[in-house]
Amino acid sequence: MKQESRHEVTQPTKQVKQLDRVIIRFAGDSGDGMQLTGDRFTQESAVFGNDLVTLPNFPAEIRAPQGTLPGVSSFQVHFADHDILTAGDAPDVLVAMNPAALRANLGDLPKGATIIVDTHDFTARNLTKAGYSANPLDGDDLAEFAVHPVDLTGMTVEAVKEFGLSRKDAARAKNMFALGLLSWMYGRPTESTNAFLTKRFAKVPDIRDANLRAFKSGWNFGETTETFIVRYEIKPAPMPAGTYRNITGNLALSYGLIAGGVQSGLPVFLGSYPITPASDILHELSKHKSFGVTTFQAEDEIAGVGAAIGAAFAGSLGVTTTSGPGLSLKSEAIGLAVMTELPLLVIDVQRGGPSTGLPTKTEQADLLHAMFGRNGEAPVPIIAPQSPGDCFDAALEATRIAITYRTPVILLSDGYLANGSEPWRIPDVADLPTINPDFATDRNHGEGDEAEFWPYSRDAETLARPWAIPGTPGLEHRIGGLEKGDGHGNISYDPANHDFMVRTRQAKVDRIADSLPPLAVDDPSGDAKVLVLGWGSTYGPIGAGVRRVRKAGYKVAQAHLRHLNPFPHDLGDILKRYDKVLVPEMNLGQLSLLLRGKYLVDVVGYNEVRGLPLKAAVLADVIGGLVADAEGIEVDLTPATTAVEGEHA
Amino acid sequence: MTADLGLPGLRSGVELVPTHDEPQTGKEYTSDQEVRWCPGCGDYAVLKAVQNFLPDLGLRRENIVFISGIGCSSRFPYYLDTYGMHSIHGRAPTMATGIATARADLSVWVVTGDGDALSIGGNHLIHALRRNVNMTILLFNNRIYGLTKGQYSPTSETGKVTKSTPMGSVDFPFNPVSLALGAEASFVARTIDSDRKHLTAVLSAAAAHRGTSLVEIYQNCPIFNDGAFDAIKNPDTKADAIIPLVHGQQIRFGALGEDGRGTRALSRDRSTGGVKTVEVSDVDDADILVHDAHSPDPSTAFAISRLTDSGYLNQSPIGIFRQVERPTYDDQARAQIATAQDAATGDPTTRLAGLINAGDTWTVI
Repeated sequence: MKQESRHEVTQPTKQVKQLDRVIIRFAGDSGDGMQLTGDRFTQESAVFGNDLVTLPNFPAEIRAPQGTLPGVSSFQVHFADHDILTAGDAPDVLVAMNPAALRANLGDLPKGATIIVDTHDFTARNLTKAGYSANPLDGDDLAEFAVHPVDLTGMTVEAVKEFGLSRKDAARAKNMFALGLLSWMYGRPTESTNAFLTKRFAKVPDIRDANLRAFKSGWNFGETTETFIVRYEIKPAPMPAGTYRNITGNLALSYGLIAGGVQSGLPVFLGSYPITPASDILHELSKHKSFGVTTFQAEDEIAGVGAAIGAAFAGSLGVTTTSGPGLSLKSEAIGLAVMTELPLLVIDVQRGGPSTGLPTKTEQADLLHAMFGRNGEAPVPIIAPQSPGDCFDAALEATRIAITYRTPVILLSDGYLANGSEPWRIPDVADLPTINPDFATDRNHGEGDEAEFWPYSRDAETLARPWAIPGTPGLEHRIGGLEKGDGHGNISYDPANHDFMVRTRQAKVDRIADSLPPLAVDDPSGDAKVLVLGWGSTYGPIGAGVRRVRKAGYKVAQAHLRHLNPFPHDLGDILKRYDKVLVPEMNLGQLSLLLRGKYLVDVVGYNEVRGLPLKAAVLADVIGGLVADAEGIEVDLTPATTAVEGEHA
Repeated sequence: MTADLGLPGLRSGVELVPTHDEPQTGKEYTSDQEVRWCPGCGDYAVLKAVQNFLPDLGLRRENIVFISGIGCSSRFPYYLDTYGMHSIHGRAPTMATGIATARADLSVWVVTGDGDALSIGGNHLIHALRRNVNMTILLFNNRIYGLTKGQYSPTSETGKVTKSTPMGSVDFPFNPVSLALGAEASFVARTIDSDRKHLTAVLSAAAAHRGTSLVEIYQNCPIFNDGAFDAIKNPDTKADAIIPLVHGQQIRFGALGEDGRGTRALSRDRSTGGVKTVEVSDVDDADILVHDAHSPDPSTAFAISRLTDSGYLNQSPIGIFRQVERPTYDDQARAQIATAQDAATGDPTTRLAGLINAGDTWTVI
């Protein structure tokens, strides 16, 4: 394996310690630039060749009152010399830019964790705002941590004074000072950040130079100060050959939609209304008009899906992007797409609910909404990506199903996938599937002069109806929300026809399962008694939890569902092969309910709705408990969790 | 920051729609579906007028799309042999926006009613109008809910007794023309179901207009609101009830005078800044308002629209209130895409590979 970037030369006075993985959390006020800092550290680590997973966590308020607990924004990055699956349960290092950031994150730190604080903001006023009656840096409160109090702001202001910025502007570069310090500490390559800052602030040379200087000064401070005597080395992770980039779920999803357009030859039409955490898909797609992508920022959620349905009728790949509240508003229109049997992609980037809920936090509680949230019998295929990079493949798969089966498809991403990132092996475009829209061009019923176009004739295999777009002579037809007569598609109130059409629409969705590969079950020994089954973004924590259990010497199988409706054909048989099936979800048991209803299997749920990803250590304990039950043995995971930190494959 | 979008320089609403060389007939535009409105419904007259008018456009029939929402009038697309969609309540303008933006080669029509367009779909109507998407909206206004059997609508007069308002409605109605003008509409007209000639002339102007054309059609519901428009239909009263608007002509109405023109007229009301009705004999000829549908300032058109009775309809201006040129949303959206595509090189597959391989990448061998 070869890396393009190399370490800086280590100073001889410093010790170098080898680590296999580190979890760093940058935390500060929402105006402190913590997301940017974390993102840059991530890019540096990606270019270095570590495997990594990130977890941004920020308040819904754009600028909550400065210095308060609700205003704390954080970015966690987990990077390793091996394949990892989660952003990590607990940070090894916390960088806290003010008292509120310290207080808000302290509870997540394990004993012995390193804390780097910017002492500049530890004033009486800020301490009070954060709810401290005394300065925690003075007493014994932090005795069980390795605390490094550093005046990051003061040193930043000093370092950039030659650029003549106001004190306020100068102090704003403190995040780059912190980034420089951490980059030194973990031997990160700095080229990409220098290039980034140069480009980002190209139009404001003072600010650009101040940020570059602060970044460099942070690095130099690490190298020269006696505060930090150890720097760490985390070797690149062995990864399959290929070209990689770091990617967030929303970006991968956007690229997947563009790829769906290219691979089907259809122009993409996105109708969308801004909503957290889905808006970045609208922003991204609006940049790619050269691919024939139209982005329509609608007056509301309903208009977004309505325009997408209109565009689909006219022959575009119609897409709408939203989050939970928007999905509620789109329900009736999705029902229309079910009835008119038009291809449509509905992207729901789930967030905490109900109602406005937790706009910036993650959850998986829209599954039953996607499944049943329409009037009447209105089946809609549902698919879910399992990691940020996987959003690309999921978008393409949703496109395939929508076009092939002439149906709306709901893709359930979530806030964790949307904003989290991981290294993504960039696919070879030549390997992507091609999708044939197969527009109708000829009348399909009767012969010669008597021939008619029947918009509800069906393909014998897929049960898909023809997609005849305006501009096609001889195929003029009317569709709509009223029940259709079988075949000819005219309005029909006939009881037997309605019963037939309801069953046919269901059968069409069910037949999608014929096109799915068997469900992959990871059961190394082949005789595990416990299966852990998940969907969506819980893939990482479940995988990490399973590894911990296996590392401790126990057997457990894992499978993860890409398709939630219809399920793969073999799912029922797989469920029945195991004594215990654990279904961890960030909801109160929605997949569990579907599995119990369809397969009469008594699955065991593990459910949390904390707005945060599940923790691998917690899942490992739950799995261990089930293994103990199923096999009648004692399960002790202690060696695995302390010695290996659990995630080694 | 704002960008100079440039003007597309297109004039006609159907300029990019393929034409048909052979003459067409109304019959060709008539579908095989049985028309199922109540006997005497005003919708029949509008349907007939549209079926007979469409051939005059000379467009290819397959390039015409009718979209409707929900309500009696929204069954309209089923009876026309064009492409069509009977969508969901109030949302037809959204579907039409998607169609018109995705395809420059289609003539897009929306058929809606007072409940569909002004109540449940009010938001979409005003946003379609301000965007100026190239489509024609036919708003059938019968001032009642017909399909749900007779509740008051957002254009019903205050005090109206209906099934849902046994003591009289306490809602104040919308004036659709005033609303459209306030929503930055570039074409606003009003016509009457039973006046085939006027209806056809307005449809023709609306189709020719590039942008969103709103045509309010007074339409009688013989079952739940019969006689709502009697004053403007009754030969004895209509001369005083209808204020005809013809671009470039004095606005005169009422009984004919010796010059063969109406003895009443519109004049500016200097006390309010609005427009008032006057007796021609009471004012100088120069003070009689000359209708200017093309004025960039919609204030006078709005003032004229306020002469519509909000209660029982004894007086209403009829005709084209406003017709001005403004760049359309769809032309500009397509122009941005064309500009971006012109600047791009290579086939889409190559460019897709370039896109996903951009940024900070690293290679593992």
